Amino acid sequence: MERNIFYRLLLAALALTLIATSATTAQTPAPASQSGNAENGKKLYVTYFCWSCHGSSGRAGGAAPAITPSARSADDLIKYIRKPRGAMPPYTSKSISDREIADIAAFLRTVPKDPDPKSIPLLNQQ
Amino acid sequence: MVDVIKSLGFEYMFGVPANTYMSLQESIVNYGKNKDPEFILATNEDLAAAMAHGYAKVAGKPALIGCHGTVGAQHATMGVYDAFCDRVPMVMILGNIFDAAKRGTGKVAWAHSAVDAAALVRDMTKWDDAPHSLPHFAESMVRAYKIAVTPPMMPVALVLDVDLQEEEVSREANLRIPKLGTLVPPSPDPGAIADVAKMLVAAEHPVIVVDRVARTPKAITDLIELAETLQAAVIDRKGRMNFPTRHPLEQTRSSMGLQNADVVLGIEVIDFAGVRSNRAGAKKISITANDLFSRSNYTDYLKFAEVDLAIPADGEASLPLLVEAVKKLVTADRKRFFEERGKKLATAHRETFDRYPQQAAVGWNDSPVSTARVTAELWPLIRNEDWSLVADLSFFQDWPLKLWDFTKHHQFLGGPGGYGIGYGAPAAVGAAVANKKNGRISINIQQDGDLMMGPGSLWTAANHHLPLLTIMHNNQGFHNECMEAQRLALRRGRDGTRAHIGNRLIEPIIDYAKMAESMGMHGEGPITDPKDLGPALKRAMDVVKRGEPAMVDVRTQPR
Repeated sequence: MERNIFYRLLLAALALTLIATSATTAQTPAPASQSGNAENGKKLYVTYFCWSCHGSSGRAGGAAPAITPSARSADDLIKYIRKPRGAMPPYTSKSISDREIADIAAFLRTVPKDPDPKSIPLLNQQ
Repeated sequence: MVDVIKSLGFEYMFGVPANTYMSLQESIVNYGKNKDPEFILATNEDLAAAMAHGYAKVAGKPALIGCHGTVGAQHATMGVYDAFCDRVPMVMILGNIFDAAKRGTGKVAWAHSAVDAAALVRDMTKWDDAPHSLPHFAESMVRAYKIAVTPPMMPVALVLDVDLQEEEVSREANLRIPKLGTLVPPSPDPGAIADVAKMLVAAEHPVIVVDRVARTPKAITDLIELAETLQAAVIDRKGRMNFPTRHPLEQTRSSMGLQNADVVLGIEVIDFAGVRSNRAGAKKISITANDLFSRSNYTDYLKFAEVDLAIPADGEASLPLLVEAVKKLVTADRKRFFEERGKKLATAHRETFDRYPQQAAVGWNDSPVSTARVTAELWPLIRNEDWSLVADLSFFQDWPLKLWDFTKHHQFLGGPGGYGIGYGAPAAVGAAVANKKNGRISINIQQDGDLMMGPGSLWTAANHHLPLLTIMHNNQGFHNECMEAQRLALRRGRDGTRAHIGNRLIEPIIDYAKMAESMGMHGEGPITDPKDLGPALKRAMDVVKRGEPAMVDVRTQPR
């Protein structure tokens, strides 16, 4: 694919993160300050193809920025996904429920930090 | 025919056997002793074309491809189209049976004949002919070669009649091979070059943008000289290996790139319309052989580039003239100014490359393995070898260009040109054929979906004992399309969780290591734990150093 088109698609694909189409669960409101279920969030991260743009642990898959390590609250992530900035389109509660986003936020908070690049010999070659 | 072919210095013919050109193939193998050209068997004509494509970019000269003028050429078209878009020469031999009386009453000969066989590839070749006699063939083959290798280079096609190939040459035949002579690429107008030099020397922040400039190693040397004389920024869009990645004036991703350029010189830039400076009144100059020839149907000529000065000439041939013209205009004052500019550019270059280790550490221990980690694990294994990266990096975040040190022409070849999926593996094989001749090892980072278009490429690599290391970038599918399908579904208010259907290669999961082994090469994997990657690459590299191909299947992050 021509590179300009490719990058345009990648930007568009950024919009695909953290989405869902489950109409049944989408109607379930989440408590404003819920902590979320990280284990379920890990499954939802795969189910909803979040990894597709952000990589398997939210550390960037090349098509979108890294979203881990994360200290983001469920409320903050819900707010962002409903009204994102940049190329990412908004996702309504019909696409993904607040509770599911809260679970994904909980999963993202469990992902550990990357090692310091200075501690990686392969990244310090001349 | 073989004598004419030999006179032009063809080293290889990539092909799939076909009875419409079998007579020529037999003559190449027996009369020609299967040397210059040597016949290399591909398992699909599309692969043969891509092999010739990869070969030409390393060898700097075309190969032949052989196929039926009908069913073979139909397979070959995408590979030929890629070469056409990438401005790479090759000479297609299309077998045909012109005389209907010779086709008999069966189905095959009639189905394998055409009134105008070259029509199929005419929109993606620069020239074609269907010679009717041996003198006609000799003239057309020499002409075909000349047209193919004169910039802008492109594929050409010759349709060869079975009778012409098989008829005994009369003792009285007065056959001769036309003289090719020395070919000089189209050079620029000296006055125009003088104007460009004036603009560059007077500019505050000139930027040289290059894409498919370097046909030979000399272009790199000349481009370095031009950039250093001006202390000007160079942005390399890497259609070829044009400029050393660690040169202080290399500014492809730096803060000192295009944004503030007052003069932008584009040399063989394919998408020059897409090259923009934010500075008001910035001047754009183009030097490209693409202005000398174009086909109408396929729109690979891209968006019309609005420029202040367009010079229709070969970029590589223009460089020495431009260097000379610039040097004549540089005064002591300008030289001091250039030196100050060069210091700022060097700082910007260093800052850019200093950021890469931090970026590469992202997801360092993740499984699937990050593409940055694959790149970093490879570097210590090849850095002291004579290596050539024969891969397209479109889906690999260009990590090798960020973490390795590219200095030589053969170390990077650019992409497919036409962006047809299925180019990667066979082009790597073709490039490895040329690299082997020079004692080099070839490294291919291979997309999984691309390999599935033509896994027979692996067999050709094993058959010819190519020192080619294939690292699978196995993200288990056509990932770009997977993301796009997800986006489309959601935009339409549909189910975005079904994007895997029709896009992912997961049910069943493909065992690429076994695939490699089945083709007769060393295969390992899938590697899912990044800790296992280094040792697997080392084992595979040991095989490659012994002169055989090897593959390591790595389960990778999407990009």
